[in-house]
Amino acid sequence: MSTSREWVGRRLGTVPGGGEDGDGAFQVVGKAMPRVDAVSKVTGATVYADDLSFPGTLHCVLLRSPLPHARIRCIDVQEAAGLPDVVAVLTGAAMPTRFGVSPSSEEEQALAADKVRYVGEPVAAVAARDEATAREACKMIQVDYELLEPVTSIDQALEVPMDEPIHAASKDGNVHRLASLEFGDVDEGFAASDHVREDVFFYEGSNHLAMEEHSATAIFSDGQLTVWSSTQSPHSVHRALSSVLGLPMRRVRVVATPHGGGFGGKVDPCSHEIVVAKLAMITGRPVKCTLTREEVFYNHRGRHPVLMWVRTGVTQDGRIRAMHFRTALDGGAHASLGAATTYYTGALQPATYDLPAYRFEGCRVFTNKAPCGPKRGHGTPQPRFALELHLDKLAEDLGMDPVELRRRNYVRPNSRTVNGLRITSCAIEKVTDEVLAASGFSRRERRDGHGQGFAVSAYLCGAGTPMYLNRMPHSEVSLKVDRGGVTVFCGATDIGQGSDTVLATLVAEELGLERGDVRLVTGDTGLTPVDLGSYSSRVTFMAGNAAIEAARKMRATLVAAAAEHSGSRPAEMTVAGGKIGPLSFEQAVAAAEERYGTLGSVGSYAPPPSISASKYRGSAVGPSPAFSYSAAVVDLDADRVSGEVRVNKVWIAHDIGRALNPVLVRGQVEGGVYMGLGEALMEAQAYRNGLLHHPSVLEYKTPLSSDMPEIEQLLVEQPDPEGPYGAKEVGQGPLLPVVPAVVSAIHDALGVWVDEVPVTPEKILRALDAHAKGSDPRTGPRSFPEIPYPPCEKVALPDAASATL
Amino acid sequence: MLRLPRFSYLRPASVAEAVAMLADHGDRSSVIAGGTDLLPKMKRRQVQPTVLVGIAHLEALSHRETTASGAVEIGASRTLTSVLKDAELAHHQPGYAQAAGLVSSPALRNTGTVGGNLCVDTRCNYYDMSEEWRTASGSCLKTGGELCRLAPSSPRCWAISSSDTAPIAVALGATAVVAGPEGEREVPVASLYRDDGNAHLALGRGEILTRLRLPAPDGWRSSYVKLRRRSSMDFPLAGAAVALKIDRGVVEGCRLVLGAVASQPVELSDLVHGLVGQPLDEEAIEEVASGASRLAKPLDNADLSYVWRKRMVKEIVARAFRQAATSEVAAVP
Ligand SMILES: Cc1cc2nc3c(=O)[nH]c(=O)nc-3n(C[C@H](O)[C@H](O)[C@H](O)COP(=O)(O)OP(=O)(O)OC[C@H]3O[C@@H](n4cnc5c(N)ncnc54)[C@H](O)[C@@H]3O)c2cc1C
Ligand code: SF4
Repeated sequence: MSTSREWVGRRLGTVPGGGEDGDGAFQVVGKAMPRVDAVSKVTGATVYADDLSFPGTLHCVLLRSPLPHARIRCIDVQEAAGLPDVVAVLTGAAMPTRFGVSPSSEEEQALAADKVRYVGEPVAAVAARDEATAREACKMIQVDYELLEPVTSIDQALEVPMDEPIHAASKDGNVHRLASLEFGDVDEGFAASDHVREDVFFYEGSNHLAMEEHSATAIFSDGQLTVWSSTQSPHSVHRALSSVLGLPMRRVRVVATPHGGGFGGKVDPCSHEIVVAKLAMITGRPVKCTLTREEVFYNHRGRHPVLMWVRTGVTQDGRIRAMHFRTALDGGAHASLGAATTYYTGALQPATYDLPAYRFEGCRVFTNKAPCGPKRGHGTPQPRFALELHLDKLAEDLGMDPVELRRRNYVRPNSRTVNGLRITSCAIEKVTDEVLAASGFSRRERRDGHGQGFAVSAYLCGAGTPMYLNRMPHSEVSLKVDRGGVTVFCGATDIGQGSDTVLATLVAEELGLERGDVRLVTGDTGLTPVDLGSYSSRVTFMAGNAAIEAARKMRATLVAAAAEHSGSRPAEMTVAGGKIGPLSFEQAVAAAEERYGTLGSVGSYAPPPSISASKYRGSAVGPSPAFSYSAAVVDLDADRVSGEVRVNKVWIAHDIGRALNPVLVRGQVEGGVYMGLGEALMEAQAYRNGLLHHPSVLEYKTPLSSDMPEIEQLLVEQPDPEGPYGAKEVGQGPLLPVVPAVVSAIHDALGVWVDEVPVTPEKILRALDAHAKGSDPRTGPRSFPEIPYPPCEKVALPDAASATL
Repeated sequence: MLRLPRFSYLRPASVAEAVAMLADHGDRSSVIAGGTDLLPKMKRRQVQPTVLVGIAHLEALSHRETTASGAVEIGASRTLTSVLKDAELAHHQPGYAQAAGLVSSPALRNTGTVGGNLCVDTRCNYYDMSEEWRTASGSCLKTGGELCRLAPSSPRCWAISSSDTAPIAVALGATAVVAGPEGEREVPVASLYRDDGNAHLALGRGEILTRLRLPAPDGWRSSYVKLRRRSSMDFPLAGAAVALKIDRGVVEGCRLVLGAVASQPVELSDLVHGLVGQPLDEEAIEEVASGASRLAKPLDNADLSYVWRKRMVKEIVARAFRQAATSEVAAVP
């Protein structure tokens, strides 16, 4: 494999003081400390996007479609534009260029011009002196719609459209994307199996429900545009703004403001971000737009509802010989990252279980609902749910312990999966052992209504391929050192996960400083080198490695200068406690600055090419420089009479590689468990007559703090060879096993299967009623639709050379 | 964020002045106590009063008294939290205290009032939505439209009575003191309500509820069981209030009132009539509970399915009876 770039991970070599010889060697890495911005966060000093206010700011309100599917005949803005204090009214005609987070599907317009595709789609915008006036003016805009038959389900989307497809370009009704891949010989695998089982599952869609609603402010002055936004990916917004507004990238600056949560909901460039920019250009004044909670539900980009069918062949002793997995995703009205999501519903099954033969068929359809997109776990919680429950059922068929069945099929460290993924560090056995030991799963108490469920999962430490094809680094860091101290510049965006703290920790460790000594400038496309964004659990791994590289170069410069200054050999210099050899950090900097002027160093990270061994359509999805593993046991009581479920406790073990800061890691694990419980038991982005059922935080149910059970966390630290100080991801993985473990525990408690989340009390009672009547004790989808998947692309197995890594 | 519309706030010095202000401003005005129900509704433009007459500060509405006979009088503007902190009340009227403690969340109980809770608007998930959402769905009877979105062929609104304290107040035989242009009147709480989701309160224009009077316990036990999705915050999906007088194992008196299954609290007197003079055993409880579930007619305008809510009425009624039967009987002071 040839690439002009050296592979950073390898270049960094072994971590100094790292490995198994304990944390004692580190000064800040691995220490449990508050976030660097903890005080400003808890005292309310942090300035979030909606807190920003520039003199003369105009307020923007978006007019949204009240119809799920309609052509726009004409939009009359005259009356609105004439309202006193209205400064500008904008429609889609002014911004015809289509954009999208993924270049393979740039089909969105900042304001819909020809047709609307879901209730809540923005069609016009008003900038006025105050928000109330802008809102009032929106009501005066007359939109003449021609109604079209809405498509509201996967089944309906697969039929011939009544009026017209949602997107003119879609094939086969409203199909957005089809995937058909086969790795190894699946038919042969089934033929060689002693037992074959099929199941159908459904996973409902859900919103991210970040506490902070989206907000953006734009200023256009002196020919330059600046947009402040609560985005997870300033880089994506930067690209979209440049393309839609016809400004060169160098004239656009996007600043990611401190975040009140993203979870994937702020990865896509959004309508309001482009609209405020355009309005700022038109009016010459700062323009601001903050979405209401309801608008966030419409902007959505949340979890896809996915229907799944899985068929697996096993031998008598529980070895999987072949698996066939089909998914059908309800994508909503736009593409978003949905093509990638579709592949993600098939990509990671082989990263957990060693599948000798695997066929995956995926399909994403467009419907007239708010667009789905990436949400924590991106396309993998749904198949994880199906796969884990399917294995439980297979184990039951075989009369085998469900954990043992899994263990017999676990992937091994340093192996290559059937779909070409490189597995390096892998603590799947260890997380299983830990969670079983702590929970006493195999010795669990047996009383009616009480149950425990076990599940395991894998997740990426960053997508191995960028969202748009290029060979540039995924993350870059530059470091400036002079009399003013140390400043880290990095595009990485702290969305609450603590990436700023991670950067400060790594640089402080390398330079022998305290975290508070390091100044951070992050998530600003005008000031910082690029980082692709806070998604796919990539930031600690990628920006972290880039930061280490930059810091090590700086350290070498400082050490050399300090050695020369003090007449000692560089090898004798220790860098710790604010000192470089015998000199203080300041003295060392002065010595180096005397020689070189302002000190600068850069670092960058791109994943090594070896992470993927096969090339096929969709092969960009799945490869990652490392995988993390999580295992969970959920303990609950389920009431036979009411169907109500009370989760008593969750044990979760996570393969973190190294916890750079256990406080941050535990926060992420807890948040993941919380979100998993919500999706298992409550959350549903549900519709009624094409309208979102409950776009409000009171009616959209998510667990409250008083609903949360005790969580016991077990962090497994087996450093990854390429992770920064051995660290792996934690932002998404721990959510994954929780959902199937809940449903498995309900089965353990009551003997019925609910093959569909969220599990409501009623679904449990329906399964119990069926049981009482002697029918299948199960609630869930009955069948999987006929889908026009193309013939499978047969992908050659990775060759022996790459299989040995 | 949803913003409040513009309104003027009037701060009367007395109940009489409040009544006069309401009479002055007529339909454009509304009483505001804690505002926990009214203000979110104004943000969603479900109601649009332009004049709010505040009553939370009125001394006369925050008094609390136990009469010589053991009846408890609570001023309408006392907060639900103050009810919870009232040890004497919890002892005498455990069912009422229980219900107050099950309203929403601590923060809302710190602001929400006794009177506001009894008067809280009826709910429907076609109605409790933003103006934009309702524009998309179309208006309904409760928002000035022509038809009910839930039951398009129905001439009336079926929005749900969602107060947690109303069912227990009715079960306890509580009365409400109401001040209006014609002076004060005292009415049974039960007659404050009407079976119409669009006009659920039988209060005249300008009338203010000033006090809730809970009769002396006199050997009655009580209990309230609430069905809700989550352990806090949520409005009732159904509520069962039971007042029970038992002497040596035999029922001497019994009242059962359901909440959140109709547009008003539903008292099931015929159903429980047969219990009187009988021992209250599990079989009797089961029978009454099943009967209550049969009579309850929840509709598809709240969380979870109405089939499940109906089925659960049986469970909460049984739980309420068991709780009431085993609760302590307050000694008459
Ligand atoms: C998130 C949330 C959850 C909630 N959960 C629950 C719940 O679980 N159970 C429940 O019962 N309620 C619930 N509520 C509703 C409300 O908070 C409570 O009912 C509260 O007790 C209302 O009291 P208040 O003083 O705030 O009423 P306000 O909002 O001030 O008034 C409510 C209505 O009553 C009228 N009113 C108030 N006082 C008087 C009076 N003295 N005389 C005549 N009319 C009067 C007002 O004009 C208004 O129409 C919830 C509200 C929210 C926002
Ligand atoms: S019950 Fe019918 S009329 Fe009443 S609020 Fe609901 S939809 Fe409107």
